[in-house]
Amino acid sequence: MKKIINDPETVVQDALRGMQAAHPDLLSVHYDPAVVVRADAPVRGKVAIISGGGSGHEPLHGGFVGRGMLDAACPGAVFTSPTPDQVLDAVSRCDGGVGALLIVKNYTGDVLNFETAGELAESEVRSVVIDDDVAVKDSLYTAGRRGVGGTVLLEKIVGAAAERGDDLAACVALSERVIASVRSMGLALTSCTVPHVGSPSFELADDEMEIGIGIHGEPGRQRVPVGTASEMVSALLTPIVEDLPFEAGDRVLLFTNSMGGTPLIELYLAHGIAEQLLADRGITVERRLVGPYITSLEMQGMSLTLLRLDDEMVELWDAPVHTPALRWGV
Amino acid sequence: MGCTAADVVAALRAATAVVREHRDELVRLDQAIGDADHGENMKRGFTALLSRLDGEDLTTPGKVLKMVATTLISTVGGAAGPLYGTAFLRASAAVGDAAELDCEAVARALQAALDGVVARGKAVVGDKTMVDALTPAVAAASSVNGSVAAVLSAAADAAAEGAESTIPMVARKGRASYLGERSAGHLDPGARSTELLLRAFADAARGEGAAT
Repeated sequence: MKKIINDPETVVQDALRGMQAAHPDLLSVHYDPAVVVRADAPVRGKVAIISGGGSGHEPLHGGFVGRGMLDAACPGAVFTSPTPDQVLDAVSRCDGGVGALLIVKNYTGDVLNFETAGELAESEVRSVVIDDDVAVKDSLYTAGRRGVGGTVLLEKIVGAAAERGDDLAACVALSERVIASVRSMGLALTSCTVPHVGSPSFELADDEMEIGIGIHGEPGRQRVPVGTASEMVSALLTPIVEDLPFEAGDRVLLFTNSMGGTPLIELYLAHGIAEQLLADRGITVERRLVGPYITSLEMQGMSLTLLRLDDEMVELWDAPVHTPALRWGV
Repeated sequence: MGCTAADVVAALRAATAVVREHRDELVRLDQAIGDADHGENMKRGFTALLSRLDGEDLTTPGKVLKMVATTLISTVGGAAGPLYGTAFLRASAAVGDAAELDCEAVARALQAALDGVVARGKAVVGDKTMVDALTPAVAAASSVNGSVAAVLSAAADAAAEGAESTIPMVARKGRASYLGERSAGHLDPGARSTELLLRAFADAARGEGAAT
């Protein structure tokens, strides 16, 4: 394992220190328990938008803390959900008097920890669970679909709604609408290594790729020989489009995401192909996001996310945002 | 004489040692069908627990179990934190403020722990989870009439068999469920850690003479 770390045990808190140093104007970081909080929290009269999850997916979630997006993020250990005391601490630091919305990715650990926190919180707390990964069969016999790329879009859109003054019930309703309209899928070309484990999470031969990979290296739908970029994009986009389904005439936001190790040159190449494939289907791409926003440590690979837009979502997407990882309109 | 607060503390010390000893094994089991964090998470939680076992306010078994619950909930993370935390919290409530636990109280605490895990995680026997180890352990514990050590030994034996039974199962809960059929052939890490904890409690009960 070659990584820029001092000690596998302190990776998360060491990284948080650096984050605080890099963005003193945007964030204040607390360490016991670990919570990344918007610098001007609590904002009176605004619904607090709080998320969190295992570390290793940066910039998700801490990089999205700031005006127009999250009020706080609760970073767990690498690939491990945060604990209820972190979530409770975030709620008490950010509650502006009108409640808090917890955005939870659908993993057993995250759901259980956030659920426990919600039960213990004294403020008014609601939570929404995002499960946009079409790679997983959603049935009674699995933990359900995983929360992946759609989380970034949800946090931006509902963050903007809270910023303009929407109340808690409206933020919940909007979240449910986004969750119902967003689908994602990813692929891996290489594995990743969790610092405290020290060896790759899974084995993938030089000429293989895993289609439908999860952001913790969970297995996907199938392992196949590495193909061309066009084949890769099509292997992700087709199941996404067919799942919702997205249809000719739909307006969408296309999010092309790097899993951490894939460079922008390849990501833009893939994004261009995806735009063409959507145009061929008569689907109009109205907004885009391209870059590493929900990663899996150093994994090479990508994910695609499609969100079916309506006018309100477009307006909220375009609204000002000022965070370490997303910044426009300010 | 039953099981006192000091006996419970001793059992938890033993459990902490066992968790630390088996950290790598639990990571390996979880690497095969999960996300490779179970051993590390359990080690982190029980290490935090160790530093709190000297607390002067731990005057009854129930208080000790409650402290264990809040410590694990706030330090373990993953699914195991809320699940084990809920288990100890319910066990604590089940024994109330009794100064000593007899074998019936221990069996009652185990039943409450299982009920809590099922309520929180919504798993049933056959889902390839810790419930597959804990369910037979509870049944065995309530069928034994003897010392606390005998009750815990029976529970640990049954948990070992229960954990073993998860190997051929196809997971229907937790991260392993994403693997579908590919999860068969692997021991469930949560079932294994449940077995390890019960075995540590049983060994401590026998060794410390906490029995009637």
